[in-house]
Amino acid sequence: MATERKKAKKNSRFWEVMRRLRKNRLAMAGLVFLLLMILISIFAPLIAPYGYETQDLYNMFALPSAEHPFGTDNLGRDIFSRIIYGGRASLTIGFASVAVSAVFGMTLGAIAGYYGGKVDMVIMRVLDVFQAVPAILMSIAISATLGPGLVNAILAIGLSTIPGYSRMTRASFMSVQGMEYIEAARAIHCGDRRIMLKHVLPNAVSPMIVQMTMGVGSCISVAAMLSFIGLGVQPPSPEWGAMLSAGRNYIRDYWHIVLFPGLAIMLTVLSLNMLGDGLRDALDPRLKN
Amino acid sequence: MALLEVQNLKKYFKTPRGILHAVDDVTFSLEEGKTLGVVGESGCGKSTLGRTILHLLDSTGGKIFFKGEDITVVSRNKLGELREDMQIIFQDPFSSLNPRFSVSQTIREPLELRGRLSKAEMEEEVDRLMEVVGLAPRLRNSYPHELDGGRRQRIGIARALALKPKFIVCDEPVSALDVSIQAQILNLMLDLQEKNGLTYMFVTHDLSVVKYISDEIAVMYLGQMVEKCESDRLFERPIHPYTQALLSAIPIPDIHAQNKRILLKGEITSPINPKPGCRFAARCAYATEKCREPQELREWEPGHFVACCRAEEVSA
Repeated sequence: MATERKKAKKNSRFWEVMRRLRKNRLAMAGLVFLLLMILISIFAPLIAPYGYETQDLYNMFALPSAEHPFGTDNLGRDIFSRIIYGGRASLTIGFASVAVSAVFGMTLGAIAGYYGGKVDMVIMRVLDVFQAVPAILMSIAISATLGPGLVNAILAIGLSTIPGYSRMTRASFMSVQGMEYIEAARAIHCGDRRIMLKHVLPNAVSPMIVQMTMGVGSCISVAAMLSFIGLGVQPPSPEWGAMLSAGRNYIRDYWHIVLFPGLAIMLTVLSLNMLGDGLRDALDPRLKN
Repeated sequence: MALLEVQNLKKYFKTPRGILHAVDDVTFSLEEGKTLGVVGESGCGKSTLGRTILHLLDSTGGKIFFKGEDITVVSRNKLGELREDMQIIFQDPFSSLNPRFSVSQTIREPLELRGRLSKAEMEEEVDRLMEVVGLAPRLRNSYPHELDGGRRQRIGIARALALKPKFIVCDEPVSALDVSIQAQILNLMLDLQEKNGLTYMFVTHDLSVVKYISDEIAVMYLGQMVEKCESDRLFERPIHPYTQALLSAIPIPDIHAQNKRILLKGEITSPINPKPGCRFAARCAYATEKCREPQELREWEPGHFVACCRAEEVSA
């Protein structure tokens, strides 16, 4: 019975947040678009009219038409199909590398901000060393060491963006820590872990949600950079960022080669931001109704 | 036997400019069911004293006895037990409640942490506590930002009472509230004391509040206790020059009253690396060479303690 009640409470909390999220039209639009993108990527072979490496050599640089909705690229491949397939790599890289850096970065930042003193000193100085190397160089170095490929690209991008998350988490933990309700929690003998997870984190999480939604977009573009220098996803596998950078040579004559992958990235980031904003508001009871 | 006994308690903070003596050599004892009012100006260490007794801050020196047991240094488990007996009500009901916790979550948390009650019993207990502190049951799922200061402070009181403590440190519990609500909260606290035999240490800078609620009053100045005696007696016959100046600052609501306000000259001395003598000496009209020596808190008359070597001359 006790577990049943707990379950009911957990569920009702979730539905409460969902109910508030549903009222936010922008956030819902973002959510729907994202889900659509994910579904399209999963069922790419069923949806795409052509294979991602099928060449139509009589039809190179074709402008959008009924046959090729987004036109074809310099090798005569159908851009529409490549965007559909490319979502797989791009979305995976975007979400997974944000997940990697958020998990490590936020954990480190939370520990540094919560315990302060020497622990903080050691963690932050190590991260300073990390941050002294530009994130792009760092990810090049990591993926050069690990070798090219999707998983390594994710690790490289994820690891190189850790310091940003740590710093922000640390700062917001420190500001929440000064509040009297943290002291109150201590006075009722709340353990450190519980204080961190139940009292500090929920009150410090909003800037992190924003950073994470923004992060997905920037990770996709860093992945593009990596594939550009041959360290990311290997051609001919499609990936939005790589398509964008491959098309830049023809941008003066054939706008459609860069436009559509660019739009795909932009719309994904935009819908993530809208969803993130809505989620942040829905999670805050102070903004109820 | 006294419920709480504090001997030569010290709390120093290290600062870049030296050691800050926030609480220095404070000694007192408190009988069960009584209220000790602790007064003093901002920064005199009265809140730090309360927090150090509760182990929210580690003490630098001295001893704390609770129910006759030395609790100066305790293990984590023992601390858990102690926290059932010793609780705190905070000053600012706007920052002492987690904004993401509903009323019932806040009150339930201490019960959850002790883990003695089943879910259903906890819910009942939350209902009971809300009734005790005068919160309507419909507020159960409200969040703090939806409530006014008085109601928020009631939540804070309910949280402190949840573990059925014997001793509660009240850290300026009414100073952030409107005057009309102050009285309600003070009366609630007095009621609770009477019903549950609670012992309060009531920290405040509001002299009218302290007179209303305290049995005994301790006056602090820069980390030291300068005078301690029964509440009525302190207002009738303050001995220490600082207490006299402090009490003369209470406005008298009578247009014809002769206001003999003692105006202190000079700045408050820094609590960082203080000199050994009386800390009030620099601003005291009665100060002599003897005041440069350390002052003992001595029993001037039965039950009336003063830390002033010139008490005889001052009171004459």
